[in-house]
Amino acid sequence: MMDLKQRSSPKFCWMIGGSQGSGVDSAANAYAYTIASAGYNVFGKREYYSNIKGEHSYFTVVASNGNVRSVLEEIHMLVTFDAETVFRHAFNVLPGGGVIYDQSQVEEKLRNIHTLEPPVVKRVSEVLGKEASDVRLKDVLNYVEGKKVKLYPIPYSDLLKRVGDLIGQQQLSFLTRLVNIMAVAASLSIMDVDLRYLQAALEYTFRGKKKVVGMNMTAAQTIHEYVRGSFTSFLDYKLPQVTPNNRDVFIMNGTTVVGIAKIASGCRFQTYYPITPASDESVFLEDKAVFPLNSDVEYEYPHIAEGKYVGKEGNIVVVQAEDEIAAIDMAVGASLAGVRAATATSGPGFSLMMEGLGWAGMNEVPVVVTLYQRGGPSTGLPTRHEQGDMLFTIHAGHGEFPRIVLASGDMEEAFYDTIKAFNYAERYQMPVIHLLDKSIANSTITLRRPSLDNVIIERGLWADGELANGGKTFKRYEYTESGLSPRVALGTKGGIFWATGDEHDELGHITEDPTIRDAMMEKRMRKIELADSEIPVEEKISVYGDRSSDKWIVSWGSTKGPILDAMEELTGIRDDLAFLQVRLLHPFPSAPIIEILRNARMIIDIEQNYSGQLGQLMRMRTSIAPTHHILKYNGRPFSMSELVVALQDVISNGTKRVVCKGE
Amino acid sequence: MVMAERVSVTTFRTDVFNNWCPGCGDFGILSALQMSLAELNLQPHKVAVFSGIGCSGKLPHYVNVYGIHTLHGRVLPFAIGAKLANPELTVIAVGGDGDGLGIGAGHFLNSGRRNVDILYIIHNNGVYGLTKGQASPTLRRGMKTKSLPRENINDAINPIAAAIVAGYTFVARGYAYDTKHLKDLIKRGIEHKGMAFIDVLQPCPTYNDIHTKEWYGGEDRKDPATGKPVPRIYKLESVGYDGEVRNESEVTEKMSRAIMKSFEMGDNIPIGVFYSNPLVPTYEERIGAFAPNYANFPPAVQPIRNLAYRPVAKIDDILEEFAVK
Repeated sequence: MMDLKQRSSPKFCWMIGGSQGSGVDSAANAYAYTIASAGYNVFGKREYYSNIKGEHSYFTVVASNGNVRSVLEEIHMLVTFDAETVFRHAFNVLPGGGVIYDQSQVEEKLRNIHTLEPPVVKRVSEVLGKEASDVRLKDVLNYVEGKKVKLYPIPYSDLLKRVGDLIGQQQLSFLTRLVNIMAVAASLSIMDVDLRYLQAALEYTFRGKKKVVGMNMTAAQTIHEYVRGSFTSFLDYKLPQVTPNNRDVFIMNGTTVVGIAKIASGCRFQTYYPITPASDESVFLEDKAVFPLNSDVEYEYPHIAEGKYVGKEGNIVVVQAEDEIAAIDMAVGASLAGVRAATATSGPGFSLMMEGLGWAGMNEVPVVVTLYQRGGPSTGLPTRHEQGDMLFTIHAGHGEFPRIVLASGDMEEAFYDTIKAFNYAERYQMPVIHLLDKSIANSTITLRRPSLDNVIIERGLWADGELANGGKTFKRYEYTESGLSPRVALGTKGGIFWATGDEHDELGHITEDPTIRDAMMEKRMRKIELADSEIPVEEKISVYGDRSSDKWIVSWGSTKGPILDAMEELTGIRDDLAFLQVRLLHPFPSAPIIEILRNARMIIDIEQNYSGQLGQLMRMRTSIAPTHHILKYNGRPFSMSELVVALQDVISNGTKRVVCKGE
Repeated sequence: MVMAERVSVTTFRTDVFNNWCPGCGDFGILSALQMSLAELNLQPHKVAVFSGIGCSGKLPHYVNVYGIHTLHGRVLPFAIGAKLANPELTVIAVGGDGDGLGIGAGHFLNSGRRNVDILYIIHNNGVYGLTKGQASPTLRRGMKTKSLPRENINDAINPIAAAIVAGYTFVARGYAYDTKHLKDLIKRGIEHKGMAFIDVLQPCPTYNDIHTKEWYGGEDRKDPATGKPVPRIYKLESVGYDGEVRNESEVTEKMSRAIMKSFEMGDNIPIGVFYSNPLVPTYEERIGAFAPNYANFPPAVQPIRNLAYRPVAKIDDILEEFAVK
C-alpha cells in the first residue's frame, strides 16, 4: 500500500453524495464523528441546493493526523447510493482510490437524471467521448476503473432484505432509511476503520435513540461482513497512523460555535428571521435558552437589578421576528434596556437592516450583527459560499456613523471574536458587524475545548450609581474628549434620557442647530478613532510565515484555512511566502499593514469574490494595492488543492488574476 | 428600596418647545397620556415611551419618561425588544396611521400574534402631516383632503378590525378631543395584561379639511328641535356595548361583534373598548413556560460577569453534547 500523496500532513479525503432528504448529512456527520473518535482531526464541507428534497447534495470530509482546515479537490473514497453522485464526482477520485456504488444502478442513463445541470451532462459526455444520450453509469465506472480507481459494487437491496430479517422489519420504505449508514459502514470497512467508533458516532448522531442506533449497527455489521467477504483489493491509500487517546475535542459546525460563544459572552437577547445559512445559530440558541450560571463566584449585577432575585440559571430570549427590519430593531430595543443583544442574518437580511443599523449608530447603541455571508447579489446562491459583503458592511447605511467590522478566519476565531464583538459594541457604544460566511457556518470540524480563562467581559462606560435625582438633567450624549458618554439602561432611576434618529443634543432631544450638529458628529466619529487607537494590533491582524518576506498573501475571513493548508503543502517549495490575515476590517488597521507590506514585492490578494474587496479597501486606506489576485466566486470555498496550483501559477508565471473554479 | 415618589401631571412634562401646529389633535393625546401616567402613579424612570416618525413621533420628547423616538414604521419592534429585555418597564408605543398601518403594517399585524404586554396608540388623522398631507392608509377612497391633487384612489384600512384579527387582546378607539375619555382608555390599555391597541381619531387642522373638529362634533348637522349640533362621535358604553371576554367560549362571538361594530363609520362613530380578552397568555408568560425564571430574572437584571469581569454562564454542559468520545 502507498502512503497518502506526499503531504506535509497526510490527508484523506472522503466524500458522500445523494439526493437531498436521503440522509447525506447525517451519514457524513456520523462518518466525521467516527473518524474523530478514531483519533483524527477532520474538516467537513457541506454543499447543498436551496431545495428540501430531490436535488443533489454532497459532503466532503478530510481526515488528518495533523492540521486540516480545508477540503481537497481529489477524493480517496467516494461513497454513493445513487447514480447522480457517481456521474458528478467519480472523475475526481484518485487512482488507487475507490468508489462505492449501488450495483443495481449500473444501467442508469445520464439523460434520465433530471437534476444534473446541462454543463455537467456536457462535461461527462465529453470526457467519455460519447453522445450524452448514450451514456450509462457503467460507462463512467469503466472509465474510472481504467484510471486505476477501485470499484466497490454493493447490492444494497439484497443487503437491506438481510438486515430486515435480522431486525424483524421488512417494510422497504423503512429499511431504505438505513442505506446511508450502510454506505458509511462500507467505506469504513474498506478503509479498515474499526466499527466500534461508528457505534459512538451513531449514539451521537441519533442522540441516544437506542433502537435506531441498534438497527443501524445491525445494518453496518451486515454490510461490513459483505465487504470483507466480497472484496480482496482495498484502497492504495491508508489513513495515517494515530493513537486514539482521550482528546478533549468537540465536533461542531460554525453556527453552533458562535451560539455557544454568545451564551458565554452574556448575550441575553437574540433575534432572527429565517435565512440560510444563519438561522441554524438562532435555532440552536432557542434550544439552549436556559443554561446554568457559575454559582461559586460573586456576580457583578446590572444597576437595575439591585435587590432583585438572582437565578441559578440564566436565560436568553430568542425572538423569531417578522422580518430582518424587526429583528435588528428589537435587538436595539433590548440593548437600550441594558442587555447584550444580537441578531444573526445573511446578506439579503442584512440589506433590510440598514435603517436600524444607522439608528443604532446615531444613538450610540451597542448591537451585534452576526453576518453569515452567502453568494449574492440578491438571493444569489442562497446555500453557497461567498465573501461578497465586506465592503457593504463597512459602508452600510446612509449617512456617516461609526461601526466596527471584524471577520473570523475559522471556528476557533469565531468563538473568541463573538465575545470580542460584544466587548467592542459596549465599549465603543456602536453597532458591530461580525463577518462570517457559509463555509464557517456549515463546515464541520474537530475543535479543541474553547477556554474562557482569558476571556474578559468589557461592558464599557456606565453612569450607574452616580446619577443625580433630578431625572431631567442626565446627559446621555454628553460631549467628552473620547467621544464616549456614560450610558444607562432604560428603567434606571435618575437616568431618563431621550433617543432619536434625528440629530440631537446632549439630552437626546431633536436639534438642527449647526454647531450642535458639528459637535455631535465629531463626538460620534471620535469613537472610531478611539477604537482604532485602543484595539491591540494582535486583534487587528495575524501574520503567518516569515515577516521579512517580500512575497505576501493578503486575505480575510474563512480563506484562512485553505491558505494555511496550501502554505503548509508548499513547505520546501515556497518557504518564502508569508500571509497577512486582516481580522479587523473597520476601522482599518492601516498603520500595521503599511509597516508589514512596505517592502513587499508581490502582494497576492486571495478572496472569495469577484472584485477583490480587501484589495480595494487596502488601496483606499493605505495606498498599497495588491499586485496579483486569486479569486473565486462560483459559490464553493477554495480547496487547498486549487489554491496550491493557483499560487504556483501566480508566483512562477506571474499570472495577474487567477479565478478558481473548483467544486 | 427607594420609596415611590408622588407624581402629578407636571412630573411628566418636559420643557422642550412643542412645535406641533396649533389645534393639533396630538395635544389631546399627549395630555391624556400624561394624565394616565400620573393617575396610575407610575414612576417616570419605570416608563418608556417609544414612537415612530412623523408629528406623533415627537411625542416622547414632551414626556418626562425614557423617550425613544425610533424609525418610520418600526416603533413596535423597538418597543417589544425593550419590554422583553425588561418586562418591569411600562412600555407605550405611539405612532401615526401611516407609520403603523402603511410602512409598519407588517409589524402591526405580527405584534398581535405575540401579545407582549405593551400599549400601542395610533394617532389617526387620515393624512401624512409632516410630509404635507398625503393620503394615509385610513383615508377612505374618494376623499380629497386639502393637499391631494385628486380623490384618494385607495380604500381605507379598518384599524380596529385589523387589530382584532391580528390578535390584539385589548382594542379600543378614542377621540383626541375627549381627553378624559381617552385618558381612561389609556389607563385601561396600560393596565391590560397583553398587547393593547388604541386607535385615536385626531383632526389634523392643517391638512385634513374633511375630518375636522367641527365635523366630528357634528357642527354641520344641527338638531332642528334644539338647534344644537349632533356629534358624530358616541361612546360604546352609552349603548350598553360590552366587548370584554370573560370566558373562552365567548371569544369568537365577541370578536365578530367587535369587528362588525368597527365598520360603523361616517355619521355614527363609536369610541370606547371594542374588544378585550385578558385570557390569552402574554408573550412573557409563553417564554416563562420554558424558561421558568424569566419573569423574575429577565435579561436586563441578569449578571453576565463576575467581579473579575469573567463570564458567568457555564457552557460545559452544552459543549459536552458535542464531545468526541
